[in-house]
Amino acid sequence: MIIKDVLCPFCGCLCDDLAVEVENNKVVDVKHACKIGTSKIMGHDRIKAPMMRDDKNGEFREVSYDEAINESAKILANSKRPLLYGWASGICEMMKKGVLLNEEVGGIIDNTASVCHGPSALGVHEKGLPTGTLGQFANRTDLVIFWGCNPVQAHPRHMSRYSVFPKGFFASKGRKSRKVVVFDVRKTDTAEMADEYVQVNPGEDYLVLSALRAIVADKADVVPDSVGGVPKEKLVELGEAMKGAKYGMVYFGMGLTQSRGKYKNIDNAVSLITELNAHGKHSILPMRGHYNVTGFGQVCAWETGFVNAVDMSRGIPYYNPGETCSNDLLMREEIDAAFVIAGDAGAHFPAQSIARMGKVPVIQVDPFHNPTTEMANIVIPTKVSGVELEGTAYRMDSVSLRMRKLVDVDFPSDEEVLDKIIAKIREIKGASS
Amino acid sequence: MSEMRIKNATVYDPINGINGDLMDIAVKDGKIVDSVNGSAQTIDAGGRLVYPGGVDAHTHIAGSKVNVGRIMRPDDSRLNNKPRTKVTRPRTGYTVPNVYSMGYGYAEMGYTTAFEAAVPILKARHTHEELEEIPIIDKAGLTLFGSNWMVMDAIREDDLDRLAAYVAWGLLASRGWGIKIVNPGGGEAWGFGKNVSGLDDPVPNFEVTPRQIVRQLAEANEKLNLPHSIHLHCNNLGKPGNYETTLASFDVCKDIKSKRDRQSLHVTHVQFNAWGGNHWGDFESKAEPIADYLNKNDFLTIDMGQLVFGSATTMTADGPVQYANARLLKARWSNGDVELADSSGVTPLEYHPQSYIHGIMWAIGLELALLTKDPWKVLMTTDHPNGGPYVNYPMVMTMLMSQKRREKEMAKIAEMTFERTCIAGIDRELDWYDIAIKTRAAHAKVQGIIELGKGHLGVGADADIAIYDIKPDETDATVEFDKVEAAFRHAAYTIKGGEIVVKDGEITATPKGRTYWVKATAPADGHERMMEDLKMKFKKYYSVNMANYMVEDEYVEHPVVFETGYQ
Repeated sequence: MIIKDVLCPFCGCLCDDLAVEVENNKVVDVKHACKIGTSKIMGHDRIKAPMMRDDKNGEFREVSYDEAINESAKILANSKRPLLYGWASGICEMMKKGVLLNEEVGGIIDNTASVCHGPSALGVHEKGLPTGTLGQFANRTDLVIFWGCNPVQAHPRHMSRYSVFPKGFFASKGRKSRKVVVFDVRKTDTAEMADEYVQVNPGEDYLVLSALRAIVADKADVVPDSVGGVPKEKLVELGEAMKGAKYGMVYFGMGLTQSRGKYKNIDNAVSLITELNAHGKHSILPMRGHYNVTGFGQVCAWETGFVNAVDMSRGIPYYNPGETCSNDLLMREEIDAAFVIAGDAGAHFPAQSIARMGKVPVIQVDPFHNPTTEMANIVIPTKVSGVELEGTAYRMDSVSLRMRKLVDVDFPSDEEVLDKIIAKIREIKGASS
Repeated sequence: MSEMRIKNATVYDPINGINGDLMDIAVKDGKIVDSVNGSAQTIDAGGRLVYPGGVDAHTHIAGSKVNVGRIMRPDDSRLNNKPRTKVTRPRTGYTVPNVYSMGYGYAEMGYTTAFEAAVPILKARHTHEELEEIPIIDKAGLTLFGSNWMVMDAIREDDLDRLAAYVAWGLLASRGWGIKIVNPGGGEAWGFGKNVSGLDDPVPNFEVTPRQIVRQLAEANEKLNLPHSIHLHCNNLGKPGNYETTLASFDVCKDIKSKRDRQSLHVTHVQFNAWGGNHWGDFESKAEPIADYLNKNDFLTIDMGQLVFGSATTMTADGPVQYANARLLKARWSNGDVELADSSGVTPLEYHPQSYIHGIMWAIGLELALLTKDPWKVLMTTDHPNGGPYVNYPMVMTMLMSQKRREKEMAKIAEMTFERTCIAGIDRELDWYDIAIKTRAAHAKVQGIIELGKGHLGVGADADIAIYDIKPDETDATVEFDKVEAAFRHAAYTIKGGEIVVKDGEITATPKGRTYWVKATAPADGHERMMEDLKMKFKKYYSVNMANYMVEDEYVEHPVVFETGYQ
């Protein structure tokens, strides 16, 4: 059986044109997807059963779901400062349950954006976000800038589906309709494909953005001969190209959010785009990583009013990045239990945070073994959303789509596990009050 | 289900012509009935004011724009915070409340139904995800059609049946209630940073005019016999002198015959479109000619879009006006272009009484309501949260009821306001019956939901009832406005579908509300031609496949489907 119009549960492109062949409840072939997406849908070694251990250096022993869930509930119910982290490679339905769990335990819920596009959110708080849907860009752009991102490696079908190659209504020649520019510290594979590569000195993106803003404002005379390693003539040429574009687009990634300047870079980039809209049409979009990392921001915002890093210890949602993000709390050694779901703290957190996680009970809910498993005391395997479970995900442009189920498995869903943990916590807290 | 009796209620139910009668109301299985037996739960209203549950025909409560506002404004989410209780979830936000506060806030004021006024089809799934999470109230969404390529192509090719078929399909795809048109054609022009300048300025690249878009969609609306009329946000919103465009937009639908007992055109938040002057320097109110038009014509209705001083988050599918606002005010600006459909923008702002611009805007909303004789023609709204958050409705109600209350407000407002408006000279004061019309009955009539049992208390209607802690015969609303406002802010009881959801201003239960949407049958040949065009556009221009575009049933857990169709 071939299932068409399948959505890919890998990156923020959320490609929805896959054809997946299923035989005897097994995926045997995936068409149209990139290699990474194919690999995820085809499946690979997964955790087969719930596991527990007391000593993080010891061996896991297989346990029942009930035992793992009850023990997890006990840890969370008794924790004074639990961290609920991850919430990216899963569907919105489970994220809503996560927000509820956080209310129950008075903890902190934080999403992988914390170490990724979190600074983009701060930039948005400062300046907003002039953007649109990916189809708008495919139909209209004549100038495309990738800044500190490398879609060839990280979002393999982005350029063919949305940004560079598509023939759109007003971009009828596809690739030839667009000038493509890459700003990056190194010549990436994306840069190799661009019409222009602009090498920026590491950590000097902010300066380059400021110079472009000056040029767009007809104040090129204040720009020095070279900014951030880019000669003035080049900057003037690019600034004029931006001003002359009918629809200019900036896609940006970690190169901008996690380099020197962080959210200030985003503030400056958004300001540039806002100012450019006095000339032509311009938009900007963060290249979101996990297929539904965008969804968590949406769910968390409508549930709590805040996009991420929500501390419920006061009984009301409290958000203050720098104070309430995972790494702020881990480094201050406040966290006394960690619940990691649909994200991998072990692979992405700094050593100081990992050290703290090594000292506190860690619960992991995930279909797959990853570096967080190495620090875990309890591991609860669940369904792979978008392959074994249907539900909602938000594409990087905040368009919500429904993921399909391709095969049936016996594993519980994240949502079912969360429901049971919440019920058990209520039981424990009810008994003690 | 349980039975309930509300005795000694002073009832205002304009749809059934009940004007302050002291009577009992009986409720069974969530509906109003003739009588219930003696053992029914009894609430003694003790002569207090009883209205049907409030209906808000135009508000922005869910979906992409609202969430953009929340994400952009953590400063707003810091306001009005309340911890969870045994029955409620935590609450945050003033202009952009979280989903829970959104529902509780309406219920606390005795409101039980609200219409989200702008749903792009591609973002409709998101809208419904939020609507489902908003507790208590019933809701529906109006679907955006005014800059849609399918719409404009059908109009250019003069194919009304194809257009009607697309409207029917779009309502199904978005699980929408009616046709919303925002700055017709302007959303498409904004795709390249442009706008349209008026009804006869052709939309770039599409060779249709805003006038044609309004006219043809109004005709398609009647062809499909939809419960609501077209719902229009006029061109040139936010520009001094725009009242002329507004009056001309009214005229476009003057001879459209409505098939139902309702208007054939609803023009929304007219406060923002009744502006005189040529620039901000000679900015003035033109509410009078608008009200004059309404007094002479019966085919249209409007809502106020009243301004409330303080913080607001403006959000609209009118992309260009938001860029202009943001540049003017040096404010944060989010834009949201939607492929093949429309645009949108979100900008926070603060309305200051000391600014004569804002003072004049404040006056215009009230002038529209008070100068238009027939209370059914002008609905009370603030275009939440554009003119100000809906939680201020009680204050607006008292301003309509009391000249003294208006004078109190005017004392704070920049002097110049009164040279450019006539608000100071208006002595009209609305009564309890008028307010019932302006906050529930007329909203239900305009949206076409009377037959679904909304906006009134007749036998068979939904038992959505508000009891306010005020006795109309002992209260002079023209003087005791503070008392009236307090009563409207916190209903003594809000009953939703026969269940007490608010008692003494506190939430007591949080049932899930329903979602209304319209399933319309379209002319068969038009449908065929439309599908051919639609498939081509999905193949070539949309970024999602057609199979993944339409909102699935899973997103509307408690649907009420209104079936209608081509005649």
